[in-house]
Amino acid sequence: MRKLVYAAIILLALAHQDFWWWNDIHPLVFGFIPVGLAYQALVSILAALLWWAATRYCWPRGVDDDGFATGE
Amino acid sequence: MNPGQTAVVIIAGYLGLLLVLGLLSNRFFRGTATDYFLASRGIGSFLLLMSLFGTTMTAFALVGSTGESFKRGIGVYGQMASWSGIIHSACFFLVGIKLWSLGKRHGYVTQIQFFRDRFESDKLGLLLFPVLVGLVVPYLLIGVIGAGTVVSGITRGAFPALFPATGGAVPYALGSGVICLVVLLYVFFGGVRGTAWANAFQTIVFIVLGLVTFLLIAENLGGVRAATQAVIEQNPSRLKRQVAPADEAVYAERLAAAAAEGDVAAVKPAKPVGISQLEFFTYLFIPLSVGMFPHIFQHWLTAKTARSFRLAVVAHPLLIMLVWVPCVLVGVWATQVLGPDTPANQVLPRMVARMTSPVLGGLLTAGILAAIMSSLDSQFLCVGSIFTNDIVGHYLGHDRLSDRSRLYTGRIFVVVIVLVTYLISLNNKLPVFPLGVWTFTGFASLFPLVFAALYWKRATKAGAYAAVLTTAVTWFWLFRDAEWGRNREYHFHGVMPVVVTVLATSVALIIVSLATRPPKAETLSRFFAR
Repeated sequence: MRKLVYAAIILLALAHQDFWWWNDIHPLVFGFIPVGLAYQALVSILAALLWWAATRYCWPRGVDDDGFATGE
Repeated sequence: MNPGQTAVVIIAGYLGLLLVLGLLSNRFFRGTATDYFLASRGIGSFLLLMSLFGTTMTAFALVGSTGESFKRGIGVYGQMASWSGIIHSACFFLVGIKLWSLGKRHGYVTQIQFFRDRFESDKLGLLLFPVLVGLVVPYLLIGVIGAGTVVSGITRGAFPALFPATGGAVPYALGSGVICLVVLLYVFFGGVRGTAWANAFQTIVFIVLGLVTFLLIAENLGGVRAATQAVIEQNPSRLKRQVAPADEAVYAERLAAAAAEGDVAAVKPAKPVGISQLEFFTYLFIPLSVGMFPHIFQHWLTAKTARSFRLAVVAHPLLIMLVWVPCVLVGVWATQVLGPDTPANQVLPRMVARMTSPVLGGLLTAGILAAIMSSLDSQFLCVGSIFTNDIVGHYLGHDRLSDRSRLYTGRIFVVVIVLVTYLISLNNKLPVFPLGVWTFTGFASLFPLVFAALYWKRATKAGAYAAVLTTAVTWFWLFRDAEWGRNREYHFHGVMPVVVTVLATSVALIIVSLATRPPKAETLSRFFAR
């Protein structure tokens, strides 16, 4: 699961480049947000979801007990 | 009471409220240096989120993003905001939690203490100190310049008899001076707890008021759909990232129409500007700066437990979105309202002044100032902390300074830093966005150092020296090449300068580390798992 979460984060970073709507204004999301901007807002939402997954499945070992990072 | 005076009264009320909050936090002050600099490591999830978010969102986020989208279009969101959502959280999660853990175990207060120990070099601090402080000062300037510009912009016409030279506006020097003084007072008395409380309050204020500004401006422009539609007709290139021949044609046509109208032309069209794919991608390196900001490091150390980081890691990208999307839209909509020669820093204040009522204009300005001050406070405090703990406490005082002396020294240095920054800002009113990008470039260049310190056992003392020196030399060389930041379109063979500095620092760190003796096993056991 750990590797999957990190792989998804890397994938999101690649998808951030927006290969699909680089030079498009339309469709206007909600009738006023150009698609290029809406896509990047979606990237922000997905980032929050993936970092939530990271805090759940990739939490660093040892940092909670005595304040010592075990340097995984 | 004219609109400018109304704004002044509201801003004054807001600043008064902040002072009360700062003084209230002083009632919880335990009178020790650790409490002053680290709030006794007792900050919980919510306050940590607000502190980190409030600190990373400065004038750069509100004034800078609006101005930059006005000049270059919606691409600015992808360049800065969505990359920051991914990378800032990565820094909190991969770097912040470990540093908190090590800081708690070994009693660190500043970054320099950590690097000195990890790289077994007492003198490393003397090299890091001028580099870190030299980079924080321009960052402080961003806030002070932003504050002075916003106050003078919104109070235009307020006191024509008192300030005839500025058209009645509160002069830049007075506006930025008052803001510095208020921040100084609550930092002086409240320390990092005061800044955490103030940041929480101010972050809520600027998020809420930012959204209100957005809605009011949209309403003034005939609604969100009409506002965007007008930009599609007049300046379509601002709503995408590439300039097409059709956009150039629209520009030429609008320019001719405006010329025909002469002086009566409402607003001249804005020249289409695009962003290359490579530039867009390489902006990813800029938010790495968060991993090396000394003020963020200080906030990380205030956390109560490692779990306190969870909320900040998850919610940070969402809060960035909540602030940046409205600002970017207001910036592109502003191309229909303001002339293309409007200075980038003036776009948001002028839109607020034109499109809202005096009372709301005053409140919204308070919101912008809140964003600025919530960064300034942490930066002032961290520079005071570095001077006190690293220079006076360690190098001059040989770690024999009493707790009380450290506390007083810290406060004195905070006063000095505020004063020095204010004086520098009076003669250096550079645009906020490029100044920010160059500051972030410097800190991002040092990111390989902190990452290697935490994750690469083989990173050595000589490698650390090589990394810091390489950052200093490459950054300075590129900054000079970019005409000291004045060349806003500067790129190094098509890529952002930050790519060059990060790569050069990484290469120097790796090669020199591999070529020199590894750290002692005893040192490694303090920082890595057995």
